[in-house]
Amino acid sequence: MNDNSPETKIKVSVKQLNFFYNDTLALKDISLDFPDRSVTALIGPSGCGKSTLLRVLNRMYDLYPGQRAEGRVEVDGENIISPGVTVSALRAKIGMVFQRPTPFPMSIYDNIAFPVRLYRRLPRQQMDELVEEVLSKAALWNEVKDKLNRSGLSLSGGQQQRLCIARTIAIKPEIVLLDEPASALDPISMGQIDELIEELRHEYCVIMVTHNLQQASRVSDYTAFLYLGELIEFDTTNAIFTSPKIKRTEDYITGRFG
Amino acid sequence: MERHFEKEIARVMETLLAMADEAEKAVKASLQAFLAKDAAAAQSVLDNEHAINTFEITIDNDVVKFFALQQPVAVDLRLVLAIQMVNNELERIGDHAVNIAESAIQCSPFDPLEDLPDLFRMGEMVTTMLGNSLESFFTKNSELARAQLLKDDEVDEMNRSMILKSIDIVKKNPALIEPAIEYIRVSKNLERIADLSTNIAEEEIFHDQARMVKHHTDTTVPPFSH
Repeated sequence: MNDNSPETKIKVSVKQLNFFYNDTLALKDISLDFPDRSVTALIGPSGCGKSTLLRVLNRMYDLYPGQRAEGRVEVDGENIISPGVTVSALRAKIGMVFQRPTPFPMSIYDNIAFPVRLYRRLPRQQMDELVEEVLSKAALWNEVKDKLNRSGLSLSGGQQQRLCIARTIAIKPEIVLLDEPASALDPISMGQIDELIEELRHEYCVIMVTHNLQQASRVSDYTAFLYLGELIEFDTTNAIFTSPKIKRTEDYITGRFG
Repeated sequence: MERHFEKEIARVMETLLAMADEAEKAVKASLQAFLAKDAAAAQSVLDNEHAINTFEITIDNDVVKFFALQQPVAVDLRLVLAIQMVNNELERIGDHAVNIAESAIQCSPFDPLEDLPDLFRMGEMVTTMLGNSLESFFTKNSELARAQLLKDDEVDEMNRSMILKSIDIVKKNPALIEPAIEYIRVSKNLERIADLSTNIAEEEIFHDQARMVKHHTDTTVPPFSH
């Protein structure tokens, strides 16, 4: 894991963010910096706003009327919630993996190739190489290399989730958002996802929502605790899990409430 | 609602308290046996050593169970770690009490040396330190714990002085070498008990305030990185 050193580059800077579901204020004045090339875990009880925050970071809320964000979310200094930002270009930069694996109903090969084709045209050989490269990075290549034409849906849950992560990194994002990526998986698959996150940290700014505190403490460098739409505490994961400064954080991670 | 963790911790703390009681009694009894030249009382300290060792094994197992089954974090983690450390310190304090009792048996045929009052004062100071450190841990009193840290240097000085005096006595009268060696042993064991009492006080501060105060430093937990 990384130290919280002064040289750490901030990739995403959230400033005084408020988020509304119609009239309901779901995120209250959140200010938080996400360091690059490290994993930040967002933790908190159900309804605390952690998944909402993740959805703001790639503007998924745009799809729903009545949802709006106020404040600033800067990626490399650019405010991505301003209306002028092209959402498709933004999502090429910010990949997302969901709680339940969501492979496309197409072959394993095309699960990787399809989104890539949306952004660039590659000759067949280069596409083959890319498919192998990202499936290898997702530790899935050896398991699927002889059945690339089979449906992505034929894979096990853990394999499907690794396929989704491979698909996400195939478009060369800079930020990877993970929304409870291992909650539907058995311990072995979860271990593989942990290892994969460990690999992702070297190249990406990884932001992960999780209910699994053990996973947060195992794989993340930084942890943010949210409660009732507010950011209660943000610190290195070491500090949060050994000596949190705020009593409410301690009560949550030790199971005293939540 | 009381958490399962709290019920289990209460049970382990009760065992630790009983162990602390045994260790404290062993130190006082061994010292008393040495000062009173009472070989029979010293023997009963030796006979009772297994009780402390049995407590240590029980608590060791409980601690392993906590880590395996409950994965404690934050204040819970610090408490379980502190229990583990205090358990080890108490077992070692029990060993030092046994050493003093053995010296009491060795020394019982000889007349007391002239600096016996110094050893008595040192024993008083160390047993008070041990009692206060244990009280600070079981009552979560960090202020009392910090006060004990300052006393360790005084005990170190008393130990140095005891050794020099014993050497002087032997120089003047070489026939006293056997009891003098036992005086030095007892002094050294008391000095170690003071060190271990200091460690118990440090564990209280670690648990309660998330601060590491070992070796005259004072840093916030966690000072470590990966």
